[in-house]
Amino acid sequence: MSQQKVQFRLSGDTILKILLEAAALFIIGLIVALTVELYHIAAPSIYKFGLAFLIRREWNVNKNEFGALPFIYGTLLTSAIAIIIGFPISLGVAIFISEKLKSHQTIGYSLGTIVDLLAAVPSVVYGLWGLFVLVPLLREYVESPLHYYLGFIPLFSGHPEGFDFFSAGFILAIMIIPTMSAVSRDVLNAVPNSQREAMYSLGATDWEVTQKSVLPYARSGIFGGFILGLGRALGETMAVVMVIGNIPNITANLFSSGYTLSSLIANEFGESTGLYESSIIEIALILFAVALLVNVAARFLLWRMSRGMEVKV
Amino acid sequence: MTKSNLTASISIRRKIVNVSMTILVLVAVVLALVPLVLILGVVFMKGAPAISLDFLTQAPTAPNFPGGGIAPAIEGSFVMVGLATLISVPIGVGAGIFFSEWSTSRLSTVSGFMNDVLTGFPTMVIGLFVFILIVLTAKTYSAFAGGVALSFIMTPIIARTTSESLKLVPTTLREASMALGVPRWKTVLRIVLGTGKNGLLTGILLAIARASGETAPLLFTAATSTLFIKNLMQPTASMTVLIYYYALSSVPSWISQAWGAALLLILIMLALNLLVKLTIGRNPTKARMEM
Repeated sequence: MSQQKVQFRLSGDTILKILLEAAALFIIGLIVALTVELYHIAAPSIYKFGLAFLIRREWNVNKNEFGALPFIYGTLLTSAIAIIIGFPISLGVAIFISEKLKSHQTIGYSLGTIVDLLAAVPSVVYGLWGLFVLVPLLREYVESPLHYYLGFIPLFSGHPEGFDFFSAGFILAIMIIPTMSAVSRDVLNAVPNSQREAMYSLGATDWEVTQKSVLPYARSGIFGGFILGLGRALGETMAVVMVIGNIPNITANLFSSGYTLSSLIANEFGESTGLYESSIIEIALILFAVALLVNVAARFLLWRMSRGMEVKV
Repeated sequence: MTKSNLTASISIRRKIVNVSMTILVLVAVVLALVPLVLILGVVFMKGAPAISLDFLTQAPTAPNFPGGGIAPAIEGSFVMVGLATLISVPIGVGAGIFFSEWSTSRLSTVSGFMNDVLTGFPTMVIGLFVFILIVLTAKTYSAFAGGVALSFIMTPIIARTTSESLKLVPTTLREASMALGVPRWKTVLRIVLGTGKNGLLTGILLAIARASGETAPLLFTAATSTLFIKNLMQPTASMTVLIYYYALSSVPSWISQAWGAALLLILIMLALNLLVKLTIGRNPTKARMEM
């Protein structure tokens, strides 16, 4: 009798464990299947163009000539603009909330919640807003003055079109602020108070405490947040496809229309067939690889940060 | 007291640096809030006039014909997000329990890492994957494919929030239960899940919010349609895809409806976020919010 009970107990545990393992395996299976399926469909393009696909500039449907360079360039350039504009702002917000408002936790929490709302706006709504509000605004009040006064710098030399790299990078900056500032905020909050107190006791000002003892301590965590933001910028589709103009270009001129990996997929995959289709899937594979790299790096940094917290003093 | 005595004696240069950094940090906060106000303001102003009973209940009319609404898109969004929730909750919660309760197993570490990577993944790529997997096989765009694509986005979010909130359940509870002779499966399902259920709910709500705002994974899986849903294997409209196509059309009435749909979507998102905040508020072990 009791033997039977033990038997039953074991099987209950085993069943649960098998079910849960199946769920965990599903996630690994998903990434494996994704890679295999994309590779399978992209194969014709991979065999035809080889590694040169990455550095080919031509994208001509009629001649069946495809290359990824303009799209890689567009993705990297818009993400760089987003980071240059978005990162200092995110860090500033994080410092304000976790350092300046340290003694006013409720206000800090509310402000954090409000900034987080930026992440709740769907990307297609960013696109809609970008198309009808941001693009005309930037063209009129930012791009035109920059072109007028600083036109001798190659970056600003082109005639402002509005639908260009700059607008896309700008809208991405807004979209990644909540991600980067939320991670930085958490990391700064995790810095032990003894770090700050030691500096204050030496007579440091608020900024010196932040600069010399809080930021260095939180460095790798902030960098992790930075890379998560970068990952979001690299992969973003809808907002970019609606404001970047969708013309493949490689130029230092920020006021020129461009194209990115993901906006190419959104814009052209629907009508593609044959080699054209497999080239677009290969573009998706490149995006996949870049995202994988960036996310793995970010997770590693954040993981190292959380490990280091308990040991380092 | 002591601090103000100290600041009295520091050099002018250090004081100036300190004050100017404070100002810069404040400027950053303002710069982050301006776009939020601008976006919400414009969407409310342009969206509100478009919303009417017809807008919510009628199918679209031909371009430039008066009336008509986006009801099929609203229906499509709800059906696909619902379908995605049905698929992703069991898998996500299961994987989350495994990550937290069997955290030492190698499968748990590997799968947990892959799960985190999947959370930050370009959703466009997931859309293409489901296109190859389902649309090419079924030879039609469908609500089913759209739901599956959304479920692949929701699963990692649910798994992560589940495991984070279960890790906060005190080990003593597990030990007390096991000491009373309760088998492990019952301990996990009753005691651990029961204690962490608020965090679970938060994760599911977050995932639903995220899926409701997604466009890219639906473009080539559900595509779009002007008809109400008759079965799950036909092209299906959604609010997000409709906003995309209407925004790029040059039909004034459609553009106005795009703003209306954007407002509706933002209201849904705000409601879901509020709900999340409320469930966290009730949960003393505050779950992590990461969209």
